[in-house]
Amino acid sequence: MPAVSMTVNGKPVTADVDPRTLLVQFLREELRLTGTHVGCDTSQCGACVVHVNGRAIKSCTVFALQLEGAKVATIEGLANGDQLHPMQEAFRDNHGLQCGFCTPGMIMAAVDIVNRKGHDLDEHTIRSELEGNLCRCTGYHNIVKAIAAGARAMGSGAAVTQKAAE
Amino acid sequence: MYAFTLHRPSSVRQAANLLAKSEDAKLLAGGQTLIPTMKQRLASPASLIDLSLIEGLSGIELRGRSIVIGAMTRHAEVADSPVVQENLPALAELAGEIGDPHVRNMGTIGGSLANNDPNADYPAAALGLGATIVTNKRRIAADEFFTGMFETALGADEIVTKVMFPLPKKAAYVKFANPASRYALVGVLVSKRGREIRVAVTGAGANGVFRVTAFEEALQRRFGPKSLDGLSVPAAGLNSDIHGSAEYRAHLIGVLARRAVAAAAG
Repeated sequence: MPAVSMTVNGKPVTADVDPRTLLVQFLREELRLTGTHVGCDTSQCGACVVHVNGRAIKSCTVFALQLEGAKVATIEGLANGDQLHPMQEAFRDNHGLQCGFCTPGMIMAAVDIVNRKGHDLDEHTIRSELEGNLCRCTGYHNIVKAIAAGARAMGSGAAVTQKAAE
Repeated sequence: MYAFTLHRPSSVRQAANLLAKSEDAKLLAGGQTLIPTMKQRLASPASLIDLSLIEGLSGIELRGRSIVIGAMTRHAEVADSPVVQENLPALAELAGEIGDPHVRNMGTIGGSLANNDPNADYPAAALGLGATIVTNKRRIAADEFFTGMFETALGADEIVTKVMFPLPKKAAYVKFANPASRYALVGVLVSKRGREIRVAVTGAGANGVFRVTAFEEALQRRFGPKSLDGLSVPAAGLNSDIHGSAEYRAHLIGVLARRAVAAAAG
């Protein structure tokens, strides 16, 4: 089997993989980083969103072998030890989740929105940017509130370093 | 998904050689269509040729009165490009409405054109703007490139390397997106460049993207939405599926064409 090397949450990893291995399988089954979820497995729901070289992608729709040398950031890399990332904190404060299945992808997508669009996000922007993330519990309302609050918090001095997201 | 071998060539020449000598190989660009298709076992290529390590296949530049876009350029790069936004805003907006942000970070213009999905947006851009598709072998005018549903003029070992869009005087794209997939139920791109007027429709044709010559002729006389009053596209030959009947799509073509002309003329 061919080998692949990449950096995941700042740590170098190398493994032999079947070419069919999707990034999400590599993360979950090889690295045991099970925070990244498989929801629909058809590129629609966004539960598998991670960052590759700083951009949000669906990890169910890329082969691990395509990411030789890439920098991958997953939900596990966001918190700073016991201190949650401000976007995670905002989801907790705003009740931005119910069952929580979509939450890792939502938060990774949310951090990506802030990276691209800045800290002052209006509701329309957040809703249209969430096009690729489905939630079946919340009705999105509190997710939208959480992302607006998390974006503000990321911009304030209170933000912890987002080492993994960069 | 069935097993396959992955090749990662570092030049277009190597990729073309692999394509020529492999029995059942497919090119892997952004993978946003191919990988889901392989998961569903609708495609089971014996080998994949990943184009992502080939230098020089990606990028956007203004060359004379054209915008030249490398085949591996991602949709998000086209949507966010200041060069495209300034000189051909209709194309930046079209790219920014493909799929969702995560898909746009992976999907490529070359992959979309070579796949020629009958509901994809980029075929409307290429045909509606009179683009030229450049391959490792030749240049193909968009009018000759799209030959049927999921079919193109590309030869067996031919690889799209870039796409050249001549800058129009006016252009706009309006689509009626499927609310779930964001594919075009119908999308219409209208452009005016010198005396040439193009109206290209995606999402509706049973053979993929097509031009509406009756609309183009009417717009030659006067480029305004009123010129299309009373004109329609026959429903015969249009797609009919769970998302919309042929009659509905025919109606949408007229509505969206008028909106696109209004947006382009405004």
